[in-house]
Amino acid sequence: MGISRRRFLQTLTWAGLGTAVYPLLSRVSKVEAKGWAASGLDPRPTGTKTLTKQWTMVIDLKKCEGCVIINKPPQCTVTCNQGHFVPEGQEWIKVSKVRGAGGGSHWMPFPCMHCQKAPCVDVCPVGASYYTEEGLVLIDQDRCIGCRVCMAACPYHRRYFNWKQQRLTPEAALAERSPEYPVPALKGTVSKCMFCAHNVRKGKIPICVSGCPMGAIYFGDLERDIITNGMEVVPLRKTLAENNAFRFKEELGTEPRVYYLPGYGQEFGREARE
Amino acid sequence: MNSTAERRAEMEAILLAPLVKPSRFYDLGILIMAMFIMWGLYAWSEQLRHGLIVTGMRDQVFWGLYISNVVFFVSLSLTGTFLSAVLRITGNHWQAPVTRLAEVVTGAALLMAATMILVDMGRPERVFYVFIHGRLQSPLIWDVMAVTSYLVGSIIYLYLPMIPDIAICRDRLSPSVSPLRRKVYDILALGWQDSAKQQERLNKLISIMTVLIIPVAVSVHSVTAWIFAMTFRPGWDVTILAPYFVASAFFSGVAAIIIAMTVYRKVFKLEKYITWEHYRKLGWLLLALLLVYAYFSFAELLPGAYKLATHERELLNLLLTGQQAFLFWVSLLGSIVVPAVLICWRRTRTVAGLTVASVLITVTLWIKKSYLLIVPTLQVSLMPFDAPGRYHPTWVEWSLSLAAIAGFMLMVALFFRFFPVIAIWETSRAAGEGG
Ligand code: SF4
Ligand code: SF4
Ligand code: SF4
Repeated sequence: MGISRRRFLQTLTWAGLGTAVYPLLSRVSKVEAKGWAASGLDPRPTGTKTLTKQWTMVIDLKKCEGCVIINKPPQCTVTCNQGHFVPEGQEWIKVSKVRGAGGGSHWMPFPCMHCQKAPCVDVCPVGASYYTEEGLVLIDQDRCIGCRVCMAACPYHRRYFNWKQQRLTPEAALAERSPEYPVPALKGTVSKCMFCAHNVRKGKIPICVSGCPMGAIYFGDLERDIITNGMEVVPLRKTLAENNAFRFKEELGTEPRVYYLPGYGQEFGREARE
Repeated sequence: MNSTAERRAEMEAILLAPLVKPSRFYDLGILIMAMFIMWGLYAWSEQLRHGLIVTGMRDQVFWGLYISNVVFFVSLSLTGTFLSAVLRITGNHWQAPVTRLAEVVTGAALLMAATMILVDMGRPERVFYVFIHGRLQSPLIWDVMAVTSYLVGSIIYLYLPMIPDIAICRDRLSPSVSPLRRKVYDILALGWQDSAKQQERLNKLISIMTVLIIPVAVSVHSVTAWIFAMTFRPGWDVTILAPYFVASAFFSGVAAIIIAMTVYRKVFKLEKYITWEHYRKLGWLLLALLLVYAYFSFAELLPGAYKLATHERELLNLLLTGQQAFLFWVSLLGSIVVPAVLICWRRTRTVAGLTVASVLITVTLWIKKSYLLIVPTLQVSLMPFDAPGRYHPTWVEWSLSLAAIAGFMLMVALFFRFFPVIAIWETSRAAGEGG
């Protein structure tokens, strides 16, 4: 990988600009000139250089049963929805039955993948979607213009638009909205899982991790090489290596920070195994 | 010599008449368009109040009619200025009477495209963020830059050849129009006296703008295509998208200009200046572009249809035999087969025939290159939990779309209330050169 996608895009854009008469225009308008100049390099961290932490999620598919065996709706989704006053119709972590090649099926939870090369961040025109120093992809709803081009770019369909003003509970109404805790959701902007940035800042594990009765979801820091599901603490890299970890749609090169540990013989599924 | 002067005088009389007192058709047209716009504004106020929930768009199919209209208006905008620039550069003077019409279509279409983007935004009041927080990595910002450049460029390009005509308005219309309007003509004419020196300077400026505007025109449509092509979605993630956009935009744009020609020829009684010769030449151009378009449409689909990768297959199923099949086949029939027959068959190769072909092309290209570009791709399920997406536009979306078309027509119409449709200066010069 000689040249990163961002570098490539930037070079390409500057080349494209040369043909447009834009340089002339931006000199005319002071405000614009300032904006564009600042935008050449986004002030917020975009590469891996400045990372202080690298939050990572590992989901053990051997343990996830979609909560059907306890006869409840998926508890990660339920607790996340409650904990973040997630607007109606959205599921920041979505649990789905996935069909295997052998005809069986298995369960798979899908949070936002917090891609290291996130297409949603690349395309956002105003930097409302951005990387943090801790490896997260967050949305600043007070910046978002609601163009939805990030929803087009996300190959995992993990972004939701706030089509209307959500009905507020008292707690949600009193909360102070920030990219780390986007409550109450702002009409006309985009929402998604933010890896519980508000919790991990305080040293707490994400709500869905503690909410999972099976302990299937692990969360941790790649820099310190540990993850936990709230019951046990295990080394991260070793776990990934020993369990044939994979990432969803790896071939796209988005480098998600969510890893899955297979185990049922995922190609065949639970029923086929029984 | 005498006859040239007479011809010029007659031309001025005919062309300046609508500027003083337009026909009744014209007023009626303005009234109808204004009504559509008022209704559209009401729909927009509803949308602003309740949010985009009042549209048929949802999390899976999150773009619909609005973005389709953006693509459509951008494609309309390509041709006007582009066509007139290409013809100017190649020394074709036959087009002189239709260039201004084409260029005004460009300006109005660009303004409408920008308005439609605003309508689609979740938080339109933050639109200026693209200027103060804009990031060059985003294709949307490329589009903002390209559209702004093109709009400014087109306005200059429209204005320059108009200076002598404005001077004519200033000199001839003084007794019949209000003092304010006379003042405006006076300012805009920049003291034009039709001297040899001024003519030389103007010609040089026009030549420079003509060369500059062509790459900008192409860039606008390419960049619009790249907004889609930069994603991982089936049907968008193809390298052919930008050239295909440019080609089909040129195609539908020529059709739109033929329609505009017919309308203004009738309403402003311009049969003497917009002649069958113009129709004939534009008709053959239309046929050539039709063939290019047909080729692109085929070339776009074949590689995907051959390999049938998962998402690609779902998209093709939707288009060829599924939910969108009716629109898909109707659009191919209406944009390729029927117009080709209308242009080629001697009996229908008339002003009426070409106009009908052009209407068909414009409508079906809206379907194929705007609606069917956006919606089916978003209907494809990307993830195991997705069902095929659904989209049913609501009355708000239809109202605003119709209002946008009305707004576009109103802008063009109002422009020609104050400035002559046909470039008097250029046309009389072209006629002089032609003998
Ligand atoms: S999963 Fe989608 S929303 Fe999340 S970081 Fe990746 S591209 Fe962005
Ligand atoms: S919808 Fe908001 S977050 Fe998404 S690309 Fe547009 S401005 Fe950025
Ligand atoms: S990490 Fe937090 S925000 Fe993301 S799915 Fe889990 S609970 Fe929801």
